[in-house]
Amino acid sequence: MTVQTAAAPKSGVVGNVVQTTYREALHDAIREALLKDQRVFLMGEDVGRYGGCYAVSRGLLDEFGPDRIRDTPLSESAFVGAGIGAALGGMRPIVEIMTVNFSLLALDQIVNNAATIRHMSGGQFNVPVVIRIASGAGRQLAAQHSHSLENWYAHVPGLKVVAPATVEDARYMLWTALEDPDPVIIFEHVMLYNVTGILSADGGPVDIGKAVIRRPGRDVTLIAYGGTLGKTLDAAETLEADGIAAEVIDLRSLRPLDTGTILRSVSRTRRAVIVDEGWRTGSLAAEISAIIMEDAFWDLDAPVSRVCTAEVPIPYPRHLEQAALPQPAAIVAAARATLGR
Amino acid sequence: MTTAAPDTHAQKPHLTREHLLHLLRQMIRVRRFEERCVELYQQEKIRGFLHVYIGEEAVAVGVLETLEAADTVVATYREHGHAIIRGVPMDAVMAEMYGKAEGCCLGRGGSMHLFDAGTRFYGGNAIVAGGLPLAVGLALADRMAGRHQVTACFFGDGAVAEGEFHESLNLAELWRLPVLFICENNLYAMGTSLERSQSQTDIHLKAQSYNLPAEVVDGMDVVAVEAAARRAGAFIRSGQGPYFLECRTYRFRAHSMFDPQLYREKAEVETWRKHDPIDRLTSWLRETGTLHDVDLLAIESDATMEVDKSVAFAEAGHWEPLEQLTRHVYTERALP
Repeated sequence: MTVQTAAAPKSGVVGNVVQTTYREALHDAIREALLKDQRVFLMGEDVGRYGGCYAVSRGLLDEFGPDRIRDTPLSESAFVGAGIGAALGGMRPIVEIMTVNFSLLALDQIVNNAATIRHMSGGQFNVPVVIRIASGAGRQLAAQHSHSLENWYAHVPGLKVVAPATVEDARYMLWTALEDPDPVIIFEHVMLYNVTGILSADGGPVDIGKAVIRRPGRDVTLIAYGGTLGKTLDAAETLEADGIAAEVIDLRSLRPLDTGTILRSVSRTRRAVIVDEGWRTGSLAAEISAIIMEDAFWDLDAPVSRVCTAEVPIPYPRHLEQAALPQPAAIVAAARATLGR
Repeated sequence: MTTAAPDTHAQKPHLTREHLLHLLRQMIRVRRFEERCVELYQQEKIRGFLHVYIGEEAVAVGVLETLEAADTVVATYREHGHAIIRGVPMDAVMAEMYGKAEGCCLGRGGSMHLFDAGTRFYGGNAIVAGGLPLAVGLALADRMAGRHQVTACFFGDGAVAEGEFHESLNLAELWRLPVLFICENNLYAMGTSLERSQSQTDIHLKAQSYNLPAEVVDGMDVVAVEAAARRAGAFIRSGQGPYFLECRTYRFRAHSMFDPQLYREKAEVETWRKHDPIDRLTSWLRETGTLHDVDLLAIESDATMEVDKSVAFAEAGHWEPLEQLTRHVYTERALP
């Protein structure tokens, strides 16, 4: 597999690595999939002429035409359902939903159809659809464009849910998701689109079911995903300056959860802090905490700690929005508390 | 476009004796199957919800008669008849009603979720209107792959109140997709009558407002339904986009086995029973000398034998082992 550098207007090749943005990495991933497999098409609101709400698909309409870069009406239920139907009919659709809040208008199709048809049909039909959803806060978009509802989808058997947090994963998770015979939801945090990173030009397919240790450490395990990974790595830097070696796990897959990687790390560090942009109540952080309690309780030297979003719809003013979200200082404080420092 | 496609000779049903007896046989197979299901429900052999189609058989029989093997069917939770007529073996359907591993979905779906890959039967959808977006997508896949097939999508009048109905009709017409929308208008969404739930009760007008060609059909007349479905199919197969049939019909039995039918008068049911699609075709065939007692006896006897056999098959079936509880949630190996 080679990187389609030509399609990334701002990319610069440096040796065998490429400097690119999360947005360009997604763009290149979609373009590559369209080139590799005639069954692949992109469908969603303003993905064509407008170029995508977050400009991920800019230029693809000119290259691939309106049949494969399909602008839809504002009918989330119909176009997500049509994606599911097209997948049943043998296609490999990539359906884009502008924000996770809008995905609620398609929740029926995702939960009642995509997740169930394989089971209801006794394994006769599978639904190889990929649904890309923008999620998360930080752009002052207030309470109907900013939420983190990854956990709602991760709750549902039949779905797979991934959250690429790095440029590398943005670039290479899509193809693995498209090759998966079951529905995969890809959550793209809106604060990541402009993030720049290094991409190996010869990167290959990635296993989307596995968590990755982004930073090794011996004193405390910090567990994050998507938009909180960067903040968590920043917190780990601060902790390092204080002589605390934090291990940072990037979950990558929210369903299934890679419990092996989590438990092995926590058994080593004996302390865990989970960083989750979802609300604390009923959160993914709560689920991971319960898993650690069930399977690593006797290895723990401190209660499992959570840093989540405050229990409030995301407010518009910047200071309130930022106060609602998990921040490095809170992560540092939680980590130190597990060490009694 | 708001007018129906004109009839041509090729689109008309062939009203041969053989064909008419076939239509009658199909309706009777479904009727006898479901009457037995009601008995089996009372014996607690079939559990959960059971929604029977008794009274509405002419719609499924008339429409499905016009489909080809490569066409696709999307139906509702009142779909036993559609599955059987489409060609899902009655044995497998009955075993599914029992929840046995020999059922068409290993028993995982039950009455409301019949699926069958072999006959391109995509449910068995128990979220009202939830099947319409699927049908649009299945038709989109056909279109994008260059296959000239029809996706027949059945739904009731209740679906018309859902947003998915409107979104799907709009999308299908906007993209000129080969979907045959069949509204089985039996006048009640469970216990809520059309006139108590819709500001516009002429459902075909709603389809016309999205520019679909739409027509009203006497859903108690299997020949009329078949004729309309052939017109619609010819239109769709010619690449002109979707087509909408509002089949006016009536459910003789309760909505489900839990329904005391407080919302409608017995007299209304009796009036509609006079239009029973099976009686109607039988009478007409008798009057024209097409059907003789011996024919009807043979049809009834065959149907009873087929139903008996399906019950025996289901009774002899097995319960899926508990160790397999969490199977069929995800694909167990990658597709080629």
